[in-house]
Amino acid sequence: MDLRYSESDEKFRTELRGWLKQAVPAHGDPPPTDDWDGRLAYDTGWQRRLYDAGYAGINWPKAYGGRDATLTEQLVYYEEISRAKAPYIGVNFVGMLHGGPTLIAEGTDPQKAAHIPKILKGEEIWCQGFSEPCAGSDLANLQCRAVRDGDVYRVTGHKIWTSFAQVADFCELLVRTDPDAPKHRGISWLIMPMDLKGIDIRPLPTIMGESEFSEVFLEDVEIPVENLVGPENDGWRVTNVTLSFERGAAFASEMFQLQEFLAEIVKVAKRVTRNGAAVWDDRGVRREVGHLQAELDALWAMVKYLVSETAQTGMPGMRASAIKLYYTETYQKVCELGMRALDRAALARDDIGGLPNQQILYRAMQSISLTIAAGTSQIQRNIIAERILGLPREPR
Amino acid sequence: MDFRITEDQAALMEGIRSFCMGRVSIDRLRELEGKGFDKQLWQEIAEMGVFALRLPESEGGVDLGMVEAVLVFEELGKAIVPGPLVWSHLAAGLVDGAATGETVVGGLDLTLADGAPHVIEHLEDLDILLVLRDEGVDKIDARSVSGKQVETPFDPLTPVSEASELPAGERIGDAGLSARLRLEGAAITSGFMLGIAETTLDLANAYAKQREQFGRVIGSFQALKHILADCYVRQEAARAAAYAAAATYDDPTVGDVARAASAAKIVAGEAAMKNARACIQVHGGMGFTWEVPAHYYWKRTWVYETVFGTVADHADTLAEVTSQAGA
Repeated sequence: MDLRYSESDEKFRTELRGWLKQAVPAHGDPPPTDDWDGRLAYDTGWQRRLYDAGYAGINWPKAYGGRDATLTEQLVYYEEISRAKAPYIGVNFVGMLHGGPTLIAEGTDPQKAAHIPKILKGEEIWCQGFSEPCAGSDLANLQCRAVRDGDVYRVTGHKIWTSFAQVADFCELLVRTDPDAPKHRGISWLIMPMDLKGIDIRPLPTIMGESEFSEVFLEDVEIPVENLVGPENDGWRVTNVTLSFERGAAFASEMFQLQEFLAEIVKVAKRVTRNGAAVWDDRGVRREVGHLQAELDALWAMVKYLVSETAQTGMPGMRASAIKLYYTETYQKVCELGMRALDRAALARDDIGGLPNQQILYRAMQSISLTIAAGTSQIQRNIIAERILGLPREPR
Repeated sequence: MDFRITEDQAALMEGIRSFCMGRVSIDRLRELEGKGFDKQLWQEIAEMGVFALRLPESEGGVDLGMVEAVLVFEELGKAIVPGPLVWSHLAAGLVDGAATGETVVGGLDLTLADGAPHVIEHLEDLDILLVLRDEGVDKIDARSVSGKQVETPFDPLTPVSEASELPAGERIGDAGLSARLRLEGAAITSGFMLGIAETTLDLANAYAKQREQFGRVIGSFQALKHILADCYVRQEAARAAAYAAAATYDDPTVGDVARAASAAKIVAGEAAMKNARACIQVHGGMGFTWEVPAHYYWKRTWVYETVFGTVADHADTLAEVTSQAGA
């Protein structure tokens, strides 16, 4: 049992750090979140820089242009890009983390050739058409209907929570191709070009007031049959290939950012005064910070444990669910502490009195989504209880 | 980096586990109520190498590291083996006969205490009492301590005595040794508390699968499932933190040894406390009976929570770490 990075990991770190040192400042500051054209250019431009430097697709196979880094190198990668405050994966998220990996695993050669290189270079943006109003945690309940008609599927339905729909070129779309089969068995996975006739995108503002995700209405959209990925009606399995393409090492980024954020909150607590003393002088506040620090350190260790285990078994264990649950709830506690440190200033989303309101309130609002997105905390608890602890299964 | 348990380490744990199952069963613990341990059991624990584990071979030890110590104490914690195990382990190499079990060593951590009355565990059965003070470590002949044994200890397996003052004893180490023993004590105790967190989850999980109400096993209700899932998350956090504290101790180039020990004591301490409570809760009314051993784990957790720094003490320490990091 040891925690020391190998010499080659450290060499990888040194090279990457050297590159980031010039690449990050050269890329400039990110545009405002509602400037979609600006974000598209910024995020894809960064992806291109990564690609040119050989850092795109850090966990993708070499045969598909990826770096195929070892898991510990991936840990180093995420640590360093966070340390350097490099741009977030942004609009490349679905392509790089879901769509691309699914095509690598299940796509035909022409599908791979058409999409993989472009995703990797930031030339093609993907969005995800999985959830529906009646298919959230119960994803397999999806109703979006696809009917085969010659060379096309005619698709009609209603998707929701579709991030990046405004700028996406393609959508990984789950549709029901056999309404008579049991719900998990009648689903297919399609590549939907976003410029087809019959697609209506309506942004759905979040509690942050941003158009981060949209509803997507599909009205008799004609999707070519060759865009089917995997066998017809086998989409649930194909989907799970995507979902199990787990990002164990990517947690490292989040750990690093959360650590920095907690330190930032301490600075705020030292500046804001209440009852004639700094918030930091309140022992209760300090103790809470110490507690959260312990949780962050434990989370870091959990990530390293997961990565070590995954490196051995090739499959991320169920521990990923435990980390997701623990991380998201810790994150929310940190954010709430940040808001309390701001005291009355927390009523302003804009920086006032020289305090980092924007940053704290942005994260505090965003953190609310973390225990909902990608499997709610309640679903994670069900997964742990059933798959790890062996308790009886919920109805499916 | 490979943070997993090696084959040798797994074998070491297996050895301790089978010893505990054979020699320190729940039935044996019931017999030991009011006392905790006897000479024979202590000798057997010593023969398993629990105390001599980290001593160099030249001193008759097993020459293993903190990782192995934490793993061994995790197993001892799963079985809530009674007695001043951590103190005797820390005393190996410092107090003659501690490593072999001939001398039973207990201790008191007075680095954060304000003074009398001192509550001393197992005083009646101790040969030596180690006292950690800010300025150094004192070794006291336990028989010279005038302590009054408390009639009803909270943990039926940890008798305690009250002492209003302590004899001077012999100074055997400086402030550095005192700090080191406290840190080692925190790390090793985390291992024990991880073990408690694991067993209490196992017991609660087994009961939830077998107990039926409303015509179904209670473990099929989400309300119960979610309690148990939270226990699992705490267990895994405790495992990662305790192992990281041990691995960092053995290789200080990978992190801050004191910080890792503090984090482990907090996270493992809370995991033990909350899982032990959940274990009682899941057992319902039976969990509140003396007959069901769930209360043993909860009560022992308090013994370990209150030594080598409480959750609150270590949180104070870590707050400074965060503050420095942001400075």
